[in-house]
Amino acid sequence: MNSKPELLQHPATGALRLEQALSLLAQSGQVRLQGPEGSNAWLQSLIDGLCDLSSRDGLTGLANRRNFENAIARESDRVARSGEPALLLMVDIDHFKRINDHHGHVAGDLVIKAVAESLAATVRPMDLVARIGGEEFAIILPNCPPAFGSAVAERIRAQVEGRMIPLVGGQMLGCTISIGGAYAPQWVRSTPAVWMERSDLQLYRAKSEGRNRTCLEPTPVSTVSAEEKGLLFASSIFGDLT
Amino acid sequence: MTSTAAPRAVAGRRARITAITSGKGGVGKTFLSANLAAALARQGEKVLVLDADLGLANLDVVLNLFPKITLHDVFTGKNTLDQAILEAPGGFSVLLAGSGMVEYSRLTPEVREQLVAVVQQIVPRFDRILLDTGAGISDVVLYTVSLADEVLIVATPEPTSLTDAYATIKVLATTQGRRDIRVLVNQVSKPGEGRIIRGQLQQVVDRFVSPGLEVPVKLEFVGEVPIDPSVRDAVKRRQLLIDCLPGSAAAQAVVAAATRLRA
Repeated sequence: MNSKPELLQHPATGALRLEQALSLLAQSGQVRLQGPEGSNAWLQSLIDGLCDLSSRDGLTGLANRRNFENAIARESDRVARSGEPALLLMVDIDHFKRINDHHGHVAGDLVIKAVAESLAATVRPMDLVARIGGEEFAIILPNCPPAFGSAVAERIRAQVEGRMIPLVGGQMLGCTISIGGAYAPQWVRSTPAVWMERSDLQLYRAKSEGRNRTCLEPTPVSTVSAEEKGLLFASSIFGDLT
Repeated sequence: MTSTAAPRAVAGRRARITAITSGKGGVGKTFLSANLAAALARQGEKVLVLDADLGLANLDVVLNLFPKITLHDVFTGKNTLDQAILEAPGGFSVLLAGSGMVEYSRLTPEVREQLVAVVQQIVPRFDRILLDTGAGISDVVLYTVSLADEVLIVATPEPTSLTDAYATIKVLATTQGRRDIRVLVNQVSKPGEGRIIRGQLQQVVDRFVSPGLEVPVKLEFVGEVPIDPSVRDAVKRRQLLIDCLPGSAAAQAVVAAATRLRA
């Protein structure tokens, strides 16, 4: 984001006042307050609206960093217990500074929004797409089999590369992204910080290998194909398993 | 419980390190580690079992030990390695991970260094170190296995166990260059089933794994342990099977497997 939205806060305490909360919600344009003003339903919808607003990134509507940090903590805990494969992708817009310098901050914001849209449109509804920094995004993909990881990352990269973004004044601009990814260690209790670090390392690799590419942490070949299983159980002791 | 069980380093002594792993959890890996250790100790080896299941350790449960000092305390520098090495009921030593190891269940460079440092210190003091790894093929498990001279895979005739054992063999062959892997089949329902299972594994390895390698992978059959109610009795009593029910079929099978492990 190029400019931080100005938060209206109480000058003395820093606390959010009712009229300011209402004004924030009105600005977001996403929340409809319910019931007569001051009723329980109205208050509840106000609270819900503020909670929602505080978990979203203002520019793109994606999950914000706080929301992402909660989600990744939950996911890495879940994976340690369930053993399900979960993938974390780190996404960064290539040469974003150059875009800002050449085309201005308004164009920069349009690019960020367009990339956000592409990311959200390319993954499953259960995946979480978050904007975690200026031109940085993260995607948590629960239950994503290791065999599909690179294909998913590649699809996201290609989607952004293939998109032309209309700028103010009619000019069209293309951009690319680099993606790094790593799987959470299955069955092993770990910390989200380490998982992010491993994904970041792969993003760094994608950047240094020339950008506009995807790099996933190499996983050992531990998948067993149907053909291998067929031969493995091809003994009478397994009856009709195959 | 004594905490001075660690024998002194002996000139020229260098433990043979055997990693015991399985791919799938719940196949009796820890139970077998403990009983194999006791059997090896009886055959004259100075044995230490290192509970390398850093995240979800339970060797202490199998052995009915309540350790006050664990590997965790060694890693954090609170205690010395000597204080953490305990004497287990079967005449061997153990290093227990303890439940405070959550932060070590990720393979950080520190965990790597600390594990290596521990192994280096115990190697000259024992004849044999059994590394009881965690389930799965996580990087900690793979790393632990990589510290070993040899690998023993525990499988059961369950298709899921067999699939995971095969996946483990494949990963160890391709990422660690393992060419000789030992197989112990637990919970067989008929005599001879263990050999059939080793044969099946070998067949699939020959077909799908070895063709990509310069030297083919050889699976060595170490033995089979039958389904035996005495195993459950021993685990319930939290005693070693080969101590409390030495005449049982399973206990005799474990002793025979230990003998083959020494070959």
